[in-house]
This record gives sequence, structure tokens and C-alpha cells, in this order.
Amino acid sequence: MIWRISWRNIWRNKVRSLTVMMAIAIGLTGGIFLTGLMNGMSAQQANDAISLEISHVQIHHRLFADNLSAQFLIEDVAGKLEVIRKDERVRAFCSRTKAQAIASTATTGAGIIISGIVPEMEKEVTTIYSKIVEGSYFEKENKSASIVIGQKLAHKLKAGLGNKIVVTLQSLNGEMSYALFRVGGIYKTSNTRFDEMNVFVKSDDLNPVLGIDPSQTNEIAMLTASHEAAIPVAASLKSSFDKLSVENWRELRPLLVVISAMTDQFGFWLIVIILLALIFGIINTMLMVILERKHELGMLMAIGMNKKRVFKMILLETTMLSLSGGLVGLFFSILLMGIFGQTGINFAAWAEGLEAIGYSSFVYPFVSARFYLIITILVIITAIIASLWPTRKALKLNPAEAVRSE
Amino acid sequence: MNVIETKDLYKIYNSTQVPVHAVNGINLIIKKGEFTAIVGPSGCGKTTLLNLIGGLDSPTEGKVFVSGNDLCSLKSTRLIDFRMHNIGFVFQSFNLIPVLTVKENIEFIMQLQGRSRTECNQRVDELLEAIGLPDKKNHRPNQLSGGQQQRVSVARALASKPQFILADEPTANLDSKATNELLELMEKLNQEEEMTFIFSTHDERVMKKARRLVSLDDGKIIKDLSL
Ligand SMILES: Nc1ncnc2c1ncn2[C@@H]1O[C@H](COP(=O)(O)OP(=O)(O)OP(=O)(O)O)[C@@H](O)[C@H]1O
Ligand SMILES: [Mg+2]
Repeated sequence: MIWRISWRNIWRNKVRSLTVMMAIAIGLTGGIFLTGLMNGMSAQQANDAISLEISHVQIHHRLFADNLSAQFLIEDVAGKLEVIRKDERVRAFCSRTKAQAIASTATTGAGIIISGIVPEMEKEVTTIYSKIVEGSYFEKENKSASIVIGQKLAHKLKAGLGNKIVVTLQSLNGEMSYALFRVGGIYKTSNTRFDEMNVFVKSDDLNPVLGIDPSQTNEIAMLTASHEAAIPVAASLKSSFDKLSVENWRELRPLLVVISAMTDQFGFWLIVIILLALIFGIINTMLMVILERKHELGMLMAIGMNKKRVFKMILLETTMLSLSGGLVGLFFSILLMGIFGQTGINFAAWAEGLEAIGYSSFVYPFVSARFYLIITILVIITAIIASLWPTRKALKLNPAEAVRSE
Repeated sequence: MNVIETKDLYKIYNSTQVPVHAVNGINLIIKKGEFTAIVGPSGCGKTTLLNLIGGLDSPTEGKVFVSGNDLCSLKSTRLIDFRMHNIGFVFQSFNLIPVLTVKENIEFIMQLQGRSRTECNQRVDELLEAIGLPDKKNHRPNQLSGGQQQRVSVARALASKPQFILADEPTANLDSKATNELLELMEKLNQEEEMTFIFSTHDERVMKKARRLVSLDDGKIIKDLSL
């Protein structure tokens, strides 16, 4: 019966209740949508990093990561790749030679990281080939070896398609070596810093310059069935290749994990702050309710409603009011996420700024089911807190005074 | 046993500049089955006395016994339960819960008392019959006239099977026809169910129906007539 009274009481002043509900609904929708955007951006960043750069699992010589020097080699590549091929959880893999170098044109030079790849294998693992904006990804066979560079680097070196680039690097025997390449393709990812640093050539062209023979390589990268699958795959490869360093993407880019954890926190506190602001609106409404129903509450206490029941009645009314608003907010949020999670939102206007810090300008917002659950619980907690003061006010009513009609 | 007994009852309001002796030494005994009117001019202390008897207010001095229980000795939570089980209230207004139907209003206290669903339904039908409003069962209070609302209030007070019913100016907002109907209902319940009624009024016609008239002035009993 008290449930029934509380529910019907909400609808006694429809306009006022709907106003509160809309405030809650809009506040939550805004908070959830912002969180969804943040999630979308950080997931995008992780996806981009995995598909362009780090893949799911990488294998190196133990000292390679610290020095990024081609002298730290993985021996017997074919044997290693055979082990990896046998693991069914691995979707694709490739090997690369990799070195720090200086790229120079007639006008200027820049420090770069050069990767010697096998294009057919590389295409299975990274998506650089799909980011080509000019030229091609090692498709045309030229007399001189071709190099694929990022757009940012192209601008910096003032190098266009077909221009010559001289790469200077240290070979394994410690001598400086030079190699001439022609720009065969220019790519552009959503991460300009990556574009500025990374250039690609065929390993057949790079290995002789470095003095690396075909049974050796610097890096083996692979994609697994899913982001999560990378962790067990890396663990089992770690035991197979106990002399090498095997790292999953979380270990390769701890920042990705930190950003996603921070986004979670950010979303939570955003909602908490929004609800904190809403509490005052709810309290105000409920205080008005108590004032209006002074006589009625006095009568109820006179005829036998004890404090516990009065508390329950006001608490229920506050909770149902808040939760109704909350559910409307959740409904709108799920709707918005459904739409924009499919179509994505284009932040073209800020593309340049976003890409400079490694974010894509196209964002697919999403939030987890867990987040919706947390919000529902937070709304209930909000309602409980918001009902404390009005209840106190109600319990202070003196039934003898309240039932006197003036 | 006496349903109600007050002993040297005082209620003094000190909140005002001059203290008000609203109830000023009242000794009153009400026996089961009485039909008593408390009368007197406005401000003589009728409401204050009824509130003390009903346990809604605590006396400055003196004691109130309901069926031998000292109300002042009960803690506030126990007192609320005691009121729920033993005292029926009919006020001048704000008697009914506006969001509940007539039926729900009548069974409200029974449900708080933990009576069974079938018992509630049966008693509601019985009471609706008694107050002559069986067809208004599912109406909301604001769909009823003032007189009908007061009759429902009496049914609500009666539903919890109290020791007695306190009614503070139950007819104050009613026209003479509705006043008559309400009093006839109370008389009928008094006779048929032996329900004890104490009500206050300053309406001559209502006083005529009472079988005991307690006249107050300045918080004191100045006349106590059995008719
Ligand atoms: N809370 C209060 N503070 C101070 N004085 C009060 C208070 N409540 C009532 N009084 C005073 O106590 C006296 C008795 O009041 P009470 O309401 O009992 O009279 P009443 O007989 O019921 O009057 P009426 O016929 O107008 O309802 C009055 O003088 C009133 O002004
Ligand atoms: Mg009065």
C-alpha cells in the first residue's frame, strides 16, 4: 500500500515531477554520452595502435627494445615462424628488420625508424597499405628500391612521389651505410607522430645494407583472434621462446591500458558530479512536497504511520521519481549509443588537433553494460541521500499541530 | 473498565507572551458505549483536550489512561502503534489520503495492522454498506462530497476496531443535511456496534444528538450533563 501511495503521489503534480525527471534524464544522457565518446576515442586509439603499429604480440631480442638497434637479432626466423603458424589462435604474422636511420633529400634530413618488410605478409598484419594517399604499397616494380613514407615526413623532407631519399644507417659491422630509395607511396594515418617517424621498405632491399641475412630478423609481429586472446598467446610463446622477449599489446603500450582505465574513472566521476548537482533539485522538490502535504502527513502519523513507514514512503517516492528520470536517461543514452555507435561521429573540425595526439577524428561512442548498471545504482544512492533531509523535515511534524486546520 | 480517564490534566502553551492554559485541570471519565460531545466556545480547549486524549500531544501535567494504559509512559514509537490499534480519528478535514480510493483508504490501517486480504475485503464491504456508499468503492476522495468524505473517514476510523473514536468537529465543514446523515451514522454505529464516540462541536443541532454533554470554558469543565 505504501508503494502504491508513493507511486501515485509522484503524479499528483505532474509538471513538477516531469521537470525533475527531465533534469535527471538530460543530465544522465549528457554524462553517459560524453563517457561514450571518451570510451570510443580511447578504444579507437587502441585499435589504431594495434592495427597500424604494435599488433597483438611482438617478439624481439631481449635488448632490442632498449636500443632499437638492428644488431639485436632473432635467429632462425623460419623455425620461429613455424611454431607461431601452428598456434591456431594466431590470425596472421610477419617479420621485419628494423633500424634507426636518417632520411635525407637534397634539401633536408630527418631521424626515422626504417622497417624492412615482406609486403604480402605485412598486409595481413598491419593496415598501413590501406592508408596510402599517393602512389602504391610496393606494387610497381621499379629499377630503384621503393620506400613508403608518411605524409608528415614527406612534407618535412619536401619529398614527393618518385623523389629520391637517401637513408643513412649503421650496419651490423659498425660502419655507416647508405642506400638510395625512391618514394613509391605516401601514407597518412590518424597519428601524425607515427607518420613522421616510420618508413617502410622491402626487407630484401634493406637487409643487405644492414648486413642481415635472410635467416635473421629484428621483429616478429602477429595478430590473434581478439585483443583478449593476445594475452594467453603471448604467455605460451614466452615459454616456447624463453631467450627472447615476447610482449602482448598491453605490455607494448601500457599507456593504452592507462588511458582506458582513466576513461572509466572519468565517466564515473562525471556521473557522480552530475548526480550531485541533481541532488539539490530533488531535495528542493521533495521539501516542497512535504510542505504541501503537511496536513496529510500529520494525519497519517496520527492514525498510525510510524517513523519507519513515513521514511519508507518518502524514500520510495524520491527513489521512484529519480529512477523514472534515470530510466528515461538510460533509454535515451542507449538509443544515442545505438545510433552513433553505428554511424560514428565525425569530428572533422578538430581532426588536425586530434590526430596530433594519436586520436582518430571519427569516433564510435560506446559504454559497457556495467556502466549502465553502475549508473542505476548511483541514481538509487542519490535518491536515498536526497530523501534524508525531506524525511527529517516530515518526521519533525507534530501531528497535533498538523491536523489542526487553519 | 473506563475507556478513557484523565487525571488533573493540564496543557499550558508557553510559546506565547502570556502562557495559555488551554486545558486547565480536567478530570474526565468516559465509559464504554458512551456518545459524548465536548462543547464550548471557540478557544475553550476542545481540540487540545481531544489531542491529549488521543495521544497526539503530551500534557504539561496530569495523566491520560486509555483502557488502563498510561499514554504518557509510552515511548513515541510505541505510542504510534498504540494509536493505530486503539484509537480511531476523525478530523475536521484532511482525513483521507487523496491518492487512494475509498476502499484503499478504509483498509489502509487494517493493512498496517497486518490483517489478511480476505478480512480487509470483507470489512470494507461491510463498512461501505454501513455508511451507505457501496457504489463509491473505487472513487477517489475528491470525487465525493464533503459529507460523503466524512462518512468514509468514520468508516476508516472504525475499520481498525479501535476502543473509541475521537472526532474533532467532524461536521464543521458540512451543511445541515450532511451533518444529520453523519450523526445518524455515528449514532447507528454507537448503538449497533457499541462503539464509543467522543466528538467536539459548537453546533446546537449536533449537541442535541449527544447523550452526554461536557461543557468547557477556559480549559475547565463547567458542566457535565447526561441526557
Ligand atoms: N500551539 C499553540 N500555541 C499556543 N497556544 C495555542 C496553541 N494551540 C492552541 N492554543 C491556544 O489554546 C487554546 C485552546 O485551543 P483549542 O484549539 O483547543 O480550542 P478549541 O476549543 O478547539 O477552539 P475551536 O472551537 O476554535 O476549534 C486557545 O486559546 C488557543 O489559542
Ligand atoms: Mg478546535
